[in-house]
Amino acid sequence: MRDGRAAFGAVVLALAVAAALFAPLVAGDPLVQRDIVATRFLPPLSADLHGEFHPLGTDRFGRDVWARLVFGARISLGVGALAVLVSVAVGVLVGAIAGYWRGWAGVLLLGLTDFSLALPRVVLLLLLASLWQPSAGLVVVVLGLTGWMTIARLVHGEVRTLAARPFVEGAIGLGAGGRRVLARHILPNALTPVTVAAALGLGNAIMLEAGLSFLGLGVQPPTPSWGNLIASGRDTLVNAPWVAAAPGVALVLVVVAATLLGDAIRDRMDPGQRGGGGGAAGQ
Amino acid sequence: MLLRRALSGLAVVLGVLTLMFFLLRLAPGDPARLLVGPAATEEQVEAQRRALGLDRPVATQYAAWLGRFAQGDWGTSLATGRPVREMLGGAWPATVRLVGLSLVLSYLLGIAVGAIQAMHGGRLDTLLSVVSVTLFALPGYWLGLMLVMLFTYRARVLPAFGAAGLDADFLTGWERVADRLRHLALPLATLTLIGAGGTARYVRGAMLDVVGAPFVAIARAKGITPMRVALRHVFRNALIPVLTLLGLSLPALFSGAVFIEAIFAWPGVGRILVSAVQARDYPVVMAATAVSAVLVVLGNLLAEALTAWADPRLRESER
Repeated sequence: MRDGRAAFGAVVLALAVAAALFAPLVAGDPLVQRDIVATRFLPPLSADLHGEFHPLGTDRFGRDVWARLVFGARISLGVGALAVLVSVAVGVLVGAIAGYWRGWAGVLLLGLTDFSLALPRVVLLLLLASLWQPSAGLVVVVLGLTGWMTIARLVHGEVRTLAARPFVEGAIGLGAGGRRVLARHILPNALTPVTVAAALGLGNAIMLEAGLSFLGLGVQPPTPSWGNLIASGRDTLVNAPWVAAAPGVALVLVVVAATLLGDAIRDRMDPGQRGGGGGAAGQ
Repeated sequence: MLLRRALSGLAVVLGVLTLMFFLLRLAPGDPARLLVGPAATEEQVEAQRRALGLDRPVATQYAAWLGRFAQGDWGTSLATGRPVREMLGGAWPATVRLVGLSLVLSYLLGIAVGAIQAMHGGRLDTLLSVVSVTLFALPGYWLGLMLVMLFTYRARVLPAFGAAGLDADFLTGWERVADRLRHLALPLATLTLIGAGGTARYVRGAMLDVVGAPFVAIARAKGITPMRVALRHVFRNALIPVLTLLGLSLPALFSGAVFIEAIFAWPGVGRILVSAVQARDYPVVMAATAVSAVLVVLGNLLAEALTAWADPRLRESER
């Protein structure tokens, strides 16, 4: 089962990334709409009067749902990945400084971390999203700045234990400076939990990007993102449920894949800690 | 211990207010103009500017803002013209009801599923793992929409919007209760299901950590029945990390509730926050954020107290 999870996660993520990268090759133009009346609300697996095949049907403007999904993957996956990168950068920096140089800076940074951890992330996201004009860039910054705390806590713990290990004390004894010890000896050894947290965080970030876009505070239409695709399908739930269902299924698959991959990496690196965990990070 | 926690909770609320104060200044545009809205006259902008004390030093402005906020002077909504305090005062009980109920239900469900997985193992474990990771990955707003599609549009059995029917005032006794419950069903089910997935994953891990402990092997060797080992020896010890999770999952659950309230038009703080953000109704956004922070902090205090009560060791060491 262990390898099954990793394989499933890797394959699904690879397929999603490939579909996003080669979107123009695997799907038509997501914005094309002709003869709205004749081509709208076509159910999945049907062809329109132009002979064009729509694997996932069409929406109320006659746009191909599959094409919108694939082009939306570019935004959703891209924004998610960039947001996680921002989180990792901030989290590693804060955790390393707080863990290595204790004293007032450490106390202040840890306090800041605990403070941010105690707030509902979505409320913070909404507050930030309300003050600036919504855009994909803003979503990356806002998600990145609200997602670094778990990583900072993990890095802080790792750095503190590693700093007391003989090989680190040896490096200090040989005259290595603080910054060098941290960068060359401690941080490389603290990267495993960061990788796991990043994988779990990726699923979370993709989900939250979709949430913000769903509320109209993230990526703006007509640029397709999975969140605004779900939102656009909301009004046609009765006669065309596939418009909202398709991006949701894609979203769940990708988040499950990222979560399983994270679980598998953690189990491989640290057999002592099986299964579970990560429950609190949701939404 | 509780006093210290209460103080740190107070610090969190203070921090949120501070954060909002400075964010308002970081945002593009004149904060006074933002707070009174685009339709305001020059006199109103000027009055707001005096209230914020924009000509005075930042420290004085900050103190004035905190003082006004603490006194409950939260301004009026730009969108509805109603006092913000009145809007939120009517809304927070609905949020507490929804979040509290789903917290209890998702914990019961999650603990049951996680415990079955850990003790049973094998195929059932694999199957339930697939279910719980899927629930964990489901976005609440999407699950909510799908449930609305199934139960409201297809089966036509449950209402999708609000906390009570339009005719609620004319219903009496049990009919009224039934109406309330029917309106609660879908939002509660959505929030509970997504919460239960994460809890089950966590409980399974916590119990598996305990199953391998030497004292469990001894209990089994003594010939105690598997059921009793599971309940008395494994579950009891796994409960401690699970209760600690309670405090951590509250902000997450609250985040989920924001979307759920928006989808189902549940009359709580989350729905007010979302529509205020969409309308750029800043006084309401600020106050709703503060109220959310207070609710989460109070919930965390409750969770701390519960954990201390469940784990005697914690009480001893913290004294």
